[in-house]
Amino acid sequence: MTALDEVKIGGLGASRLRVEDQRFVRGRGTYLDDIKLPGMLYMEIVRSPLAHARITRIDTSKAWQIPGVRLVLTGEMMAQRNLAWMPTLSYDTQAVLATDKVRFQGQEVVVVVADDPYIAKDGCDAVEIDYEPLPAIVNPEQSAAPGAPIIRDDKPGQTDNTCYRWEVGDREATERAFAEADVVSSLKLHYPRSHPSPIECCGAVADFDAGTGKLTVYMTTQAPHIVRAAVALIAELPEHQIRIVSPDIGGGFGNKVPVYPGYVHAILASILTGRPVKWIEDKTGNLISTGFGRDMYLDAQMALRRDGKILAVRMHADTDQGAFFADAQPSKFKVGLLHSAFACYDIGIGYITAQGHYTNKAPGGVAYRCSFRVTEAMFFQERMMQAAATDLGMDQAEFRRINLRRDVAFPARTPFGFLVDSGQYHKCLQVGLDAIGYDEFRREQAAAREKGRLLGIGISTMTEPLGAGNSREYDILGIKMFDSAELRVHLTGKAILRTGARTQGQGHETTWAQIVAHELGIPADDVVVEEGDTDTAPYGMGTYASRSTPVAGAAVSMAARKVRAKARKIAAHLLEVSEEDVEWELGRFYVRGAPERGASIQECAMAAYSNMPDGMEPGLEATAYYDPPNLTWPFACYIVTVEVDPETGVWDVLRVVAVDDCGVRINPMIVEGQIMGGLTEAYAMASMQFQTYDADGNMIGANYMDYLLPTAWETPGFELHEVVTPCPHHPIGAKGVGECAAVGGPAAFVNAVIDAIGDAGVRNIDMPLLPDRVWTALQTRQSVSGAPPVGRS
Amino acid sequence: MSFSKTVEITETSADTRRITVTVNGTPRVVEVEPRLLLVHLLREGLALRGTHIGCDTTNCGACTVLHDGNPIKSCTMLAVQADGHEITTVEGLGTPSELDPVQEGFHREHGLQCGFCTPGMMMAARALLDREPDPSEEDVRWALSGNLCRCTGYQNIVKAVLWAADKQRGAQPAEEDAR
Repeated sequence: MTALDEVKIGGLGASRLRVEDQRFVRGRGTYLDDIKLPGMLYMEIVRSPLAHARITRIDTSKAWQIPGVRLVLTGEMMAQRNLAWMPTLSYDTQAVLATDKVRFQGQEVVVVVADDPYIAKDGCDAVEIDYEPLPAIVNPEQSAAPGAPIIRDDKPGQTDNTCYRWEVGDREATERAFAEADVVSSLKLHYPRSHPSPIECCGAVADFDAGTGKLTVYMTTQAPHIVRAAVALIAELPEHQIRIVSPDIGGGFGNKVPVYPGYVHAILASILTGRPVKWIEDKTGNLISTGFGRDMYLDAQMALRRDGKILAVRMHADTDQGAFFADAQPSKFKVGLLHSAFACYDIGIGYITAQGHYTNKAPGGVAYRCSFRVTEAMFFQERMMQAAATDLGMDQAEFRRINLRRDVAFPARTPFGFLVDSGQYHKCLQVGLDAIGYDEFRREQAAAREKGRLLGIGISTMTEPLGAGNSREYDILGIKMFDSAELRVHLTGKAILRTGARTQGQGHETTWAQIVAHELGIPADDVVVEEGDTDTAPYGMGTYASRSTPVAGAAVSMAARKVRAKARKIAAHLLEVSEEDVEWELGRFYVRGAPERGASIQECAMAAYSNMPDGMEPGLEATAYYDPPNLTWPFACYIVTVEVDPETGVWDVLRVVAVDDCGVRINPMIVEGQIMGGLTEAYAMASMQFQTYDADGNMIGANYMDYLLPTAWETPGFELHEVVTPCPHHPIGAKGVGECAAVGGPAAFVNAVIDAIGDAGVRNIDMPLLPDRVWTALQTRQSVSGAPPVGRS
Repeated sequence: MSFSKTVEITETSADTRRITVTVNGTPRVVEVEPRLLLVHLLREGLALRGTHIGCDTTNCGACTVLHDGNPIKSCTMLAVQADGHEITTVEGLGTPSELDPVQEGFHREHGLQCGFCTPGMMMAARALLDREPDPSEEDVRWALSGNLCRCTGYQNIVKAVLWAADKQRGAQPAEEDAR
């Protein structure tokens, strides 16, 4: 008997076609809006049209008179139940329904529940609300200005609009390094507010059964167990009587991590009406009220030696938090993992300060396709790298070579305390440069410039921390950031696997089975994967921050290994030898020295229920909770070439080369799909996708007419390459990949356009690089800020 | 009276209209409120939940269905406007035992991740292949430019449609190398 071919059974490295596709291509997925319960009512929300205003009157009497309207909820009614405010995941409070004043455009003010959504919308139209407008604050500068109106006057002791202050690093050492520098390079940037905007909006179907006391909530959530904990704490319902079900999710990207007011409304409405209540957000509601990403201003300097060595970095970040500090992030650091910046470079010294500002804008933010604030960190890092190389008169690739960590330098501590543990940074960079033909492109660029054509090349190299977390530094509401898996092998050798993560398109139903196949030799097709139901799934912290594979995926391995350990005892019993004489090869135990005498994992499973050794507990199943010893550190090199039209400022992408080292790849097809999706979001942010506000706090970008997302027509093609450096602490050496390209990609596009312009005066154009901004830079030969205008209309 | 009360009935009341829409080949006679959107008739009235609602403003294309063979956004058409017309939804692709080449192409080329935009994407692709059996990559990208996807980056979607075109024409679709 020969060992199984791992790829043939769908194990590690197999580009196994996805099992979830079979229902999705038939239109048979079950998304939230597909859930329809008997007697279900429908909920709609009346939102504030103003950014900052005192509420002087709410009259709901006309809404109550509409036939089919069953319930109209106001902030006052919430307050009577102590539910007008709720805690956020960042230890602030957020209004569930406004009572005193509205603090951002789109804030929830009244809720109408009716027999169907058309009637509920009629009810919303019949609600009368009078507002007394207050000045709107739409950026950190206004927020911090002396005499600015205090947005959070609901908070005792809040005397200004400061949300938080934070610092990390060694200030004095940094100052000394700057004093000794040959060259100091500096850059100011704005990473604009961007919305993750999954095509499916948020929603919930709340179903409180007064007969059993059980609350079931179907909900678009990336983290069902966190929601269960939050509902237990906010609504003071017993946790065992709460069931959160996350059905098929139409994209998340961080948007579906927080607990939103709409969920609370739907739950209360179901309790009050005694009927199931469905809330489906419309696109505008999603874009103007739910978790955005970014909106950070950066002022950064780099201390340099003439030969290209970076001595130290110094950064100050101002974050625009909106009206409530509702960051959905699990770290103890107020500004997330911003201090992961420069982790791939051999820099010993640095200092970062940050200040959060309340504004009259939607509350947030969320980790939009990244670990929290890592996208900003890597964007600032790689834009700084370009500016510094330019200031030194040094080639972009050479400057990175001088400063990237060497392979032998692991593990290494960054100046801000992270431990980077593995990678082949120089090899990745070289693979990328060879793929794009760097030297040849530089010659082509020079020749084109003589003819008046503007070609440019942009490089972005970065390692990012994934997989929150470890329990020392990462938790949500005090719950540590572990994850879990439960594997049950049935009598016939088929199995069911459940984890505490929640797939939203990443393909867990396919890839988790591959890990089981790798560990046990059970064909992946024989393993069904279930997630998302808190009544059945083991306790887990959900899917975001690329943490599924680093944490839940590790738990799958560990659960399977526990099963294998028990199966080994059963095999020894079946083979009538001692356990020490049993060897394992994929799918089979055999007697040492007599490989023809063996017992397959399936035979062991059968015996676990029908012929177990005396005294052994029957069954073959295991649960594993996994607390990762460190974050994982994938590395990537993205290189983009562009051509800028000097007449119009329009730029076209010529080529995109991506070199990703995400450790061992479970399913290469799915990994590549994740990278291409991330590159598209990188291109989106660089080229068109942003949300801004006018001086009155009206959001520009409140629907898909104004909030531009790239289509198949604009999106460039991608050329993917791989380098594999296994993660030293993950059971199968994987590092996670879902977010790398969205994190590291934007700087490559921007660097390419700046390089194409090739004018020392144009150090920066803030994203998105809209043609008018590029055109302005070409005309004025100066940087172009994208910071929102200050002043009032 | 609204979509939750939309049922196949025989009586006409004052504030509703009786319409006949042929959906996936079967004539359906329904009584609807004039303001009811076609997508709500399909999803709620006729329980065809494969057509999704994404943006409400005709931009995202998650609700794309075929109207007399042409792709339209069913969130921006009233049900009464479909009276007398033929509508094809994702449920009308393929048969229970055999996938349409477009469905098979999306599966084989990893042309979907979360799956939410997929039915609309596939309907737009179906319409393209019905009028152009041998499209170029540019043809495919243009035909799908009214449908947004946030997961895939489109490259595999384009490959999926080209795979389907090959299969449909009887050309041998490229077998995936490593798979």
